[in-house]
Amino acid sequence: MAGTLAVSAVLPSFNAVLFAATKPKKGPWYGIAIDIEKCIGCGSCAKTCKIENDVPPEPFFFRSWVEQYTIKKDGSINVVSPNGGIDGFTQKIPDNEIEKTFFVPKMCNHCSKSPCVQVCPVGATFESPEGVVLVDEKYCIGCRYCIQACPYGCRYMHPTKKVVDKCTLCYHRLKKGLNPACMDNCPTKARISGDLNDPDSEISEFIRKKNVYVLKPHLNTGSKLYYNALNQEVR
Amino acid sequence: MPSQLKRLLVLGVIIISLFLLLKHLATPVSFGQYGHYRGNSLNEIAALPVKYVGSKTCVKCHDSIVALKLEGLHSDIQCENCHGPAYLHIKTPKKDKLFRPDSREFCAKCHSFNKARPEKAVTQQDIKNHHPEKKCITCHNPHQP
Repeated sequence: MAGTLAVSAVLPSFNAVLFAATKPKKGPWYGIAIDIEKCIGCGSCAKTCKIENDVPPEPFFFRSWVEQYTIKKDGSINVVSPNGGIDGFTQKIPDNEIEKTFFVPKMCNHCSKSPCVQVCPVGATFESPEGVVLVDEKYCIGCRYCIQACPYGCRYMHPTKKVVDKCTLCYHRLKKGLNPACMDNCPTKARISGDLNDPDSEISEFIRKKNVYVLKPHLNTGSKLYYNALNQEVR
Repeated sequence: MPSQLKRLLVLGVIIISLFLLLKHLATPVSFGQYGHYRGNSLNEIAALPVKYVGSKTCVKCHDSIVALKLEGLHSDIQCENCHGPAYLHIKTPKKDKLFRPDSREFCAKCHSFNKARPEKAVTQQDIKNHHPEKKCITCHNPHQP
């Protein structure tokens, strides 16, 4: 008993994952919330992202994409994302074999302790004062360290610019007072972004009221992409 | 001090000052303004053009069709979600026409049966057997389905 007390006095208390992000005291601090219960897998987010940000149209270069997880009755898990979901999803597994299936939209988590920022050797990828992780394409040397470091697979090598490219949370739209293109064009309003520093913002209320979860919390990335109704099997 | 040490010292000073000069010339002016990155890159990224202008812009000319849409089940959907980005159309409306989707596959992206789609979020239909010979928009007005 005395030993337990002594240890608990020495060790710091656990922090909630929600507070893994160290917020600045002033100014906006952007985060993202995605409600899996509302996602219909139409791929509008992936399509609008590609157009708005001139992401190369060939497949397998995505800043934002949708995956369909299918947990079968035999216990196996099937994950598909044909063309990032842009052309929609066709259910190939018959209903009677499915235990559970759902869509998971994915994008950059805009982590507050980003592994990608930590490994950049030249300071070309960084976190803006608003908490948005960006790439300076004039400064990037194309070494691909950050692509390796990102645990969420959110970065790719731009085939013509030969520098690393990633989601900017539509920084050019945020600065003009608009929402990111994927958020504005989601037909069911399954995805929102906003200021985590403002207790009255839509996203702060979302996080308070729903059972939110971040991807790979054990990696301590300080992810600011909060999912409602995320299944444990999602990686 | 022995003369060879003096020569070494002079050489050392020259090498270090040359390194500092090169470092100064190679570092962009705004580097370190906010953190370990080029501060100007924030402005460069913020200056990128906006392509999806939003339904608030569409209503300026197409007020009747937006009003019709607002009464129906598609009220929450942005015009550009189906019609594509309007950044060129708002500048040269006669030349740059927007996309007018009419295929069954387009509607099927949201409305075909898929067990993963939440039932309450969207109306689903058996696209293969539901009047396969017709286009969806023959019977359903996409602005008020």
